[in-house]
Amino acid sequence: MAGLLSGPGDSGDLIGVRGPSGPRLVHERRSAVRSTAVAAISTVVFLAVITLIVVNSPGWSAVQRSFFDGEVFAESWPVIVKAFWINVQLFLVSEVLILTLGLVVAVLRSVPGPVLFPVRALATIYADVFRALPGLLVIYILGFGIPALGLAGVPVDPFLYAVLALTLIYSAYVSEVYRAGIDSVHPSQEAAARSLGLTRFQALRHVILPQAVRRVVPPLLNDFIGLQKDTVLVSYIGVVEIFRQSQIRSAATFNFTPYLVTALVFLVVTIPLARLTDVLIARDRRRGAASAR
Amino acid sequence: MTTIGGGVPATVPAVAIEGLYKSFGKLEVLRGIDLSVDRHEVVCLIGASGSGKSTLLRCINLLEPIDAGRITIGGDEISKPGVDVNKIRRRIGIVFQAFNLFPHMSVIDNVTLAPRKVLRTPPDEAASQATALLTRFGLADKQAEFPDRLSGGQQQRVAIVRALAMHPDLLLLDEITSALDPELVAEVLGVVRELATGGMTMLIATHEMGFARDIANRVCFLDAGRILEEGPPERIFRQPTEARTRQFLDRVIAAGRLEA
Repeated sequence: MAGLLSGPGDSGDLIGVRGPSGPRLVHERRSAVRSTAVAAISTVVFLAVITLIVVNSPGWSAVQRSFFDGEVFAESWPVIVKAFWINVQLFLVSEVLILTLGLVVAVLRSVPGPVLFPVRALATIYADVFRALPGLLVIYILGFGIPALGLAGVPVDPFLYAVLALTLIYSAYVSEVYRAGIDSVHPSQEAAARSLGLTRFQALRHVILPQAVRRVVPPLLNDFIGLQKDTVLVSYIGVVEIFRQSQIRSAATFNFTPYLVTALVFLVVTIPLARLTDVLIARDRRRGAASAR
Repeated sequence: MTTIGGGVPATVPAVAIEGLYKSFGKLEVLRGIDLSVDRHEVVCLIGASGSGKSTLLRCINLLEPIDAGRITIGGDEISKPGVDVNKIRRRIGIVFQAFNLFPHMSVIDNVTLAPRKVLRTPPDEAASQATALLTRFGLADKQAEFPDRLSGGQQQRVAIVRALAMHPDLLLLDEITSALDPELVAEVLGVVRELATGGMTMLIATHEMGFARDIANRVCFLDAGRILEEGPPERIFRQPTEARTRQFLDRVIAAGRLEA
């Protein structure tokens, strides 16, 4: 037993790669400082040249009047940012529903057995249909069509139809993302779980899904960047959100600056999310490389 | 009559297989297997790759549906329709060639998952049982580690412990050292030796002939989906009666995997 107890040593020392030291380190640091400085100077010069060209080009004053009116900017941004709160609510409520419905659809598409064929078929048809239809069409059909039926007890609040439409559209995409994640977990994992006596559902819940979901976090984040932007589509069914509000402000001032405000709001919100996605993808790639055997 | 464990008479075999057939599409993998393993017996399955060793083990665990035949575990037929496969699998542990640990769980969670979820063992009790098993097999300091931080030999020992945590009546080992670097094979075989000494009933598919010769009460040579020859290891390895067995062993000896 003695040899058995003292298994092989920790492999940590194999992974830790030592960096350079001594004169070589000094040299590398110096050249790193130098390239950062060169990049900074080059960027400043580049931006200055571009700015000069743009500002001195014919028609710049017209562009400035239409898009960069300081007065309109100052008076419209508080209203527009306030309207963005509606988009945030839409986005957050829909996101929770989408993550849930998408997972349910993905799981239903993989239930086994001939008896459950209708369930699989229904889930597949749902995913196919809602990925095929243009989002705006779905929003119109639900947002105008259902209230127009005039049925008793049918709500009229467009916010509800906006959430419903976004959830139905995006859950179809997200179910595909989940399904790719589930498929990427090797069948031997399920075999190992089932061989221990876990039921199919327990194996899914404790072994397959935790691994699947972890792998699909970056593509899910990508879909949510799309969702954030698509919240403006529900302006068409009467939700006064950021895009509708900027339209109102633009019409009132005969100026396009309110749209610029809206564009800035989206840049501020979605670019960090896109960067986060990149970071997560890079991290997954490193982990994958470390655990590959 | 002596009774052991779950009150099953000692004379009832741990596993009895009669006329087992299994095909994958047109490929007949098992063509009439008859095999019986007694309680506390260690039986090694040897034979070329593709002879059906792994499939036989997977059929006993009901991971593969069988085409024909009967399998009984401790006297209960498990191959008839309508049996609760989850209940049966609790009684049969299996360890795979590729370890198949759950990579998103620590070692202790890998071991306690099934006791907690299947046997409904309270978490602290499951943890203390798991700690005891891990300590017994030299893994006490690895409990909090994740599988990708362990060597292959350590991972395979954890996989054995994970199977043992369900207190199985029978352990199936499917070429458990084939994916290991040569210097890690001994620590895993050491665990199996200890289990054999402790009386664990085991059915072992292996390419480690020296190990099979040492540990097995009986060796079965599989060829093209049939048990061509079986007997005590000394006889099978020294005086095989079948020409196919001799050929196979000659090739193994030529490859340096068994002393002549």
